[in-house]
Amino acid sequence: MRAEIHEIVERHLGERRQLLAILRDVQQRFRSVPDEAITIVADEMDLPRVHVEGTATFYHFLSREHRGRTTVYLNTSATAEMAGSAAVAAAFEEAVGTPFGTTSTDQAIGLYETSCIGMCDQEPAALVDDVVFTCLTPARVRDIVEGIRAGRAPADLVGPLGDGRNASPSIRAEVRNNIRQAGPVFFAPYEAGEALAQTLDASSLDVIEAIKRSGLRGRGGAGFPTGQKWAMCRATDAESRYVICNVDEGEPGTFKDRVLMTERAEQVFEGMTVAAYAVEASRGLVYLRAEYAYLQRHLEEVLQSLRDRKLLGRRILGSPFSFDIRLRLGAGAYICGEESALIESAEGKRGTPRNRPPFPVVSGYRRRPTVVNNPETFAAAARIMTLGADWFRAMGTDASSGVKLLSIAGDCDRPGVYEIEWGATVGEVLALCGASDTLAVQVGGPSGTCVSPRQFDRRLCYADLGTGGAFTVFGERRDLLSIVHNHMTFFANETCGFCVPCRAGTTLLLKSLEKIMVGNGTVHDLEAIEQLGRMVRAASRCGLGQTAPNPLLTTLEHFEDYYRGRVRTDVDFVSQFNLDFAAAESLAVAGRRPNLEKA
Amino acid sequence: MEQGHLQIVLNGATIAAREGQSIVEAAREAGTYIPTLCDYKSLPPAGTCRVCTVKVGGRVVAGCTTPVSHGMVVESESPELADLRKGLIEMLFVEGNHMCPSCEKSGDCQLQALAYRYRMDVPRFPFLFTKRDVDASLPHLILEHNRCIQCLRCVRGVKSRGGRDIFGFANRGRDIRITVDRTLPDALTEETAQKAMDICPVGALLKKGPHYQVPVGRRTYDLTPIGADVEKGRRS
Repeated sequence: MRAEIHEIVERHLGERRQLLAILRDVQQRFRSVPDEAITIVADEMDLPRVHVEGTATFYHFLSREHRGRTTVYLNTSATAEMAGSAAVAAAFEEAVGTPFGTTSTDQAIGLYETSCIGMCDQEPAALVDDVVFTCLTPARVRDIVEGIRAGRAPADLVGPLGDGRNASPSIRAEVRNNIRQAGPVFFAPYEAGEALAQTLDASSLDVIEAIKRSGLRGRGGAGFPTGQKWAMCRATDAESRYVICNVDEGEPGTFKDRVLMTERAEQVFEGMTVAAYAVEASRGLVYLRAEYAYLQRHLEEVLQSLRDRKLLGRRILGSPFSFDIRLRLGAGAYICGEESALIESAEGKRGTPRNRPPFPVVSGYRRRPTVVNNPETFAAAARIMTLGADWFRAMGTDASSGVKLLSIAGDCDRPGVYEIEWGATVGEVLALCGASDTLAVQVGGPSGTCVSPRQFDRRLCYADLGTGGAFTVFGERRDLLSIVHNHMTFFANETCGFCVPCRAGTTLLLKSLEKIMVGNGTVHDLEAIEQLGRMVRAASRCGLGQTAPNPLLTTLEHFEDYYRGRVRTDVDFVSQFNLDFAAAESLAVAGRRPNLEKA
Repeated sequence: MEQGHLQIVLNGATIAAREGQSIVEAAREAGTYIPTLCDYKSLPPAGTCRVCTVKVGGRVVAGCTTPVSHGMVVESESPELADLRKGLIEMLFVEGNHMCPSCEKSGDCQLQALAYRYRMDVPRFPFLFTKRDVDASLPHLILEHNRCIQCLRCVRGVKSRGGRDIFGFANRGRDIRITVDRTLPDALTEETAQKAMDICPVGALLKKGPHYQVPVGRRTYDLTPIGADVEKGRRS
């Protein structure tokens, strides 16, 4: 083991910030990162062992236990459940002969669950090693398992290839883009280099001014004005600055960045280069979530082709300006979508958000001023440089200029990616995607807002319903509380655990919901959930905890009747403890009937 | 005003503060106690426990990680903040397994002392009965994970002679645990065990050996509530 780990560390030049990449390689080689490997890595890199252990145990795709020579990660999103993931999971368990959360006794195949993998418009979906499988059925699962058992590589088991570049030799995935509505900004005809030509003609301050004038705001969900972010970064004195593209698209229900990185990676990278010129940075990173590792080769090739065309690298388009981009891979952690957690992760550490101030624009990657934006923001910035701030500003509403990419999934006829102008109502979008008899729409994913039909005239814009792009439709036959439960489970699994309200609060909120779901809730419990939810929202350290109660808080607000119908009104209090349930197992062993009181 | 000196408004009163101070530090010097668990003396602040939560211009922030700035308006005492702090303390009680009467740190424990200060009788949340281990495999130190509140004081404050980290965080979310580097000889000494126990605000890190030496009535928080030392300055 030592010799092989030595080689892995050497390959990454033993750099501290490559620790996560090194551990990914260790996991891939040994199918786990055992204690012995942690000690060897620490030794080889001359790092405190607790640092290596900290990183190795933080990420979902790194494990202490052997995860099988082939590892299946089945997605658990609400849309996956709606599309029949339970039957798919059962088929996997039967075919492999081991339950989820374990590895078969011969260590051939491991079955594990994972949070949203960005395929909500083609569920049920799973990752088998790095290979994506979509629209799974029990029959297909049996074929896949049989193929793996026969020694075939997961890549050789993919079905008909997807549309567009999904079918290209560097991707070769069965993933579909499902671009349902293209618009002028993202999927319009695009000529690489046009934006850069305009940019290099202007001064860096003019570029920032143009982005400010366009009204572009961060497309990740928080909506911070992009021009202002760039200006703050540029205004910070430093030897060097960084531009990072946040492709950690982890919000359940979101997948439009995946499509952008598939079809418009050039535009995204060009936008990063525009940003680099504006803030005078010479180095950039793309932080790619591990779930999108299948795009890695494609993205490397795009970067190289941009370098070959002098659109990236030294002396871009013959100007004195140089900028280059490298890829960094995550390893499974929703929290790394938070920009300071992403920076920590890119430095090879645990993905724990930093305390702010200082903000990343002042002290970010390697403590240098850093701009972090997502692919959609960068792609929009490139377009703005080509077609002008006024052109962009003319679209959308006054306070929310331009367009937004939506990832639409769930109960509708045409799930996929839509480019819409800000200001569209929920009802208009529902009509667009062919949804009818809708119970609820989750706008912005679990961290966003769940709206009821009474609010379908609300507008998608920063002033009303802001969104990172997820738009998940739930039809009338769905059980709202099951959906809320799915979302709360997500947060309880994805909290980093650093601060008390988020770590303890997410689990407590989940337990309270479960009490209601089994019929033990009272009106008092609904009030208690609201109170706890408000505490978690107020006291948590970062955006994850501040939004984690939203599935409960926004449904309690908009679907109060739904909850009222599920709680007992005949009593003030029901203990969370259920004697029948707690004693069921021992009673079964003893062959006795439960519920002695009633007997 | 002198270089580096500034003023903030704390609970309606103007107080002097110095650049680089946190809200908690500035308040303490002015005789106002803002409770803390994870914050410890000169260690860099972590912001894990959030019991120092205050309002700055109506926004909720942690007092230990937020630096003061001139003219900042801070509210550290209100029924709402008191209930929020009490709620956070209650979360810690239900998340871990805290059996105060049998704990070696009872009377000296800062979590227990804060629970008394905020008049917690029974936590409003259900106990989670988290399964956690007691690790007594080190020669001089016991890791009582049931009582750990993941404050990171040991991680930040206990280092080897060469300045290396001995303690760290492992796992994520509700499974997060303090871990020790057993390959470091310094991790195994009696001196480290004593340091760890002294820095731990609860009874999670214990030096092996006799305990319960100080009788009830003479322990740190038996007669005066936690924070009284800070507030004494204000009264006099």
